[in-house]
Amino acid sequence: MAVDWKSFTPVLIPDIPNLQDIDVYIKNGGYEALKKVVNENDWSPGQVINEVKDANIKGRGGAGFNAGLKWSFMPKPDGGPRYLACNGDESEPGTFKDRKIFEYNPHLFIEGALIAAYAMEVTTIYVYIRGEYYSWIKMMEKALQDAYDKGFIGKNICGSDFSVEFHVTGGAGAYICGEETSMLESLEGKRGYPRVKPPFPAQKGLWGRPTTINNIETLANVPGVINNGADWFRGIGAESHPGPVLYGISGHVNQPGVYELPTGVPIMDLINDVAGGMRNGKKVKALIPGGSSTPVLRGDSLEGVSMDADSLREAGSMMGTAGMIVMDEDTDMVETLWRISHFYHHESCGQCTPCREGTGWLEKILLKIRNGEGEIRDLDLLLDLTTQMEGRTICALADAAAWPVRYTIERFRDEFEARCKKSVHAVA
Amino acid sequence: MEEQSLEFTKEDLQEIETIKAKFPTDMAATLPVLWVAQRRFGHVEAPVQRLVAKTLDLPDSHVHGVASFYTQYYKNRMGKYVLDVCTTTSCQLCGGYEMLHYLEDKLGIKAGETTDDGMFSIQSVECLGACGYAPMMQITNDVYVNHLTEDKLDMVIESLKDGKMPKFESVGMPHFKERKV
Repeated sequence: MAVDWKSFTPVLIPDIPNLQDIDVYIKNGGYEALKKVVNENDWSPGQVINEVKDANIKGRGGAGFNAGLKWSFMPKPDGGPRYLACNGDESEPGTFKDRKIFEYNPHLFIEGALIAAYAMEVTTIYVYIRGEYYSWIKMMEKALQDAYDKGFIGKNICGSDFSVEFHVTGGAGAYICGEETSMLESLEGKRGYPRVKPPFPAQKGLWGRPTTINNIETLANVPGVINNGADWFRGIGAESHPGPVLYGISGHVNQPGVYELPTGVPIMDLINDVAGGMRNGKKVKALIPGGSSTPVLRGDSLEGVSMDADSLREAGSMMGTAGMIVMDEDTDMVETLWRISHFYHHESCGQCTPCREGTGWLEKILLKIRNGEGEIRDLDLLLDLTTQMEGRTICALADAAAWPVRYTIERFRDEFEARCKKSVHAVA
Repeated sequence: MEEQSLEFTKEDLQEIETIKAKFPTDMAATLPVLWVAQRRFGHVEAPVQRLVAKTLDLPDSHVHGVASFYTQYYKNRMGKYVLDVCTTTSCQLCGGYEMLHYLEDKLGIKAGETTDDGMFSIQSVECLGACGYAPMMQITNDVYVNHLTEDKLDMVIESLKDGKMPKFESVGMPHFKERKV
């Protein structure tokens, strides 16, 4: 059944002026959920985890794993430090949503992170924000200071026996630091090299201690679940992938931007009704649904496809971060794919050979095709390379580099062949 | 010779202490302290990296490894204003390269170069996370300038020549009744 998105009122970033001001946030019911869990006896840490698990908040950073279930993987406290690391690295092309939370509703995220910390009995929270977001790091520093001043962070929060420290720290330009274990390395002051799993961060995370990593938008959904219940959350959007989502829409639409709507909105509605239609009235040629690593879809296959895990899986793609990149009929897919491959080659951390070398080869071969020197067999060579990269590295960056190549060639092969036939080596 | 003159100020050292207090190890302060250093000296060439290593009591090789891994640290001296033009997918689709080439022509340098007067450097950079406001650029790791046009670039360059950084541009959520400026 189609999701009723037209009557939806935003909850993550509601239209309330100056909501980033802590007094305005409090006046609008802010920090009530935190007070509830830390002060009421019926909200034990385990019950908070169960409620969030029941709500089925799927991680908004791209992987889509049930947040409450992830929390439940933390081992029992042993008296030592435990960490929550909030992932605000947001570097996947097409994704530009978390910065909206930092800017317009930072306390919702802070409150969600504090509730998560209470549920997992965490002692310190870090929010890691990409270094380029300097302005937003400053906003978060201010918001955290305000929350400290009001007693929502620190010792004996809201008069309870729950205490936690909360710090913001910035990156310095590396896409890989959005990968959870790489982010931990970066937080520890090192190069962002992903770690081999297992051990998983819940067992051995920051400084070898139990750590959970959550996306900013995921945590921003938590206060709503505590205030209104898991059933309320599950009642929003698509049944198997519920809740509000910040859709980032970019590319060839008339009104690109971040839109808060339920999951499960039909893609064509997002383009035509939400984002003001295609620029210059052109047709959609291609669409990347959730950040550049998610498989590209052909424009003529979008009818009936909606933005939720099930529908996108059926269509041959993924929800990812819901950062949609829309391309019109004039888009050169060879040029676009070459640029995406350049990105992944640039951002490979270099730790694993299939990724370090593979991303370089993908880019080189695509550059050759783009320059009109490609041969048909190069397309099969590219596909072969992708199979040799996928699943053979410590983290998923190799997969993220391989998928766009595989699916763009599979779904737009004509265009690649046509460019190859223009090869200077062609004899006919 | 220059290395001897490199020192953090008293304020810097205080800031470094505040940073160190956030983490259980001093190594964790590597990235933030490299930022402090870059803001102080304008770059993190080898002598600056060694100063950071000395200040945090870490091996030079560790700090060098970190400084060279992350793109935002300037391993060479840059112009007073570094214009990072995003050319990754969404910006590419919306004219990022056109903006980059316009700047190159205007300033008479190529991406990766600095003007002779040391005023501007241009870089073509990977996704800056402003995809809906493409094409865009960032100035010296600070302010984002969205929705670039040739006219807007002209204005920004003129104001930077006068030493004025553009103000932070807040792009409102489309469902807000009033678009915040």
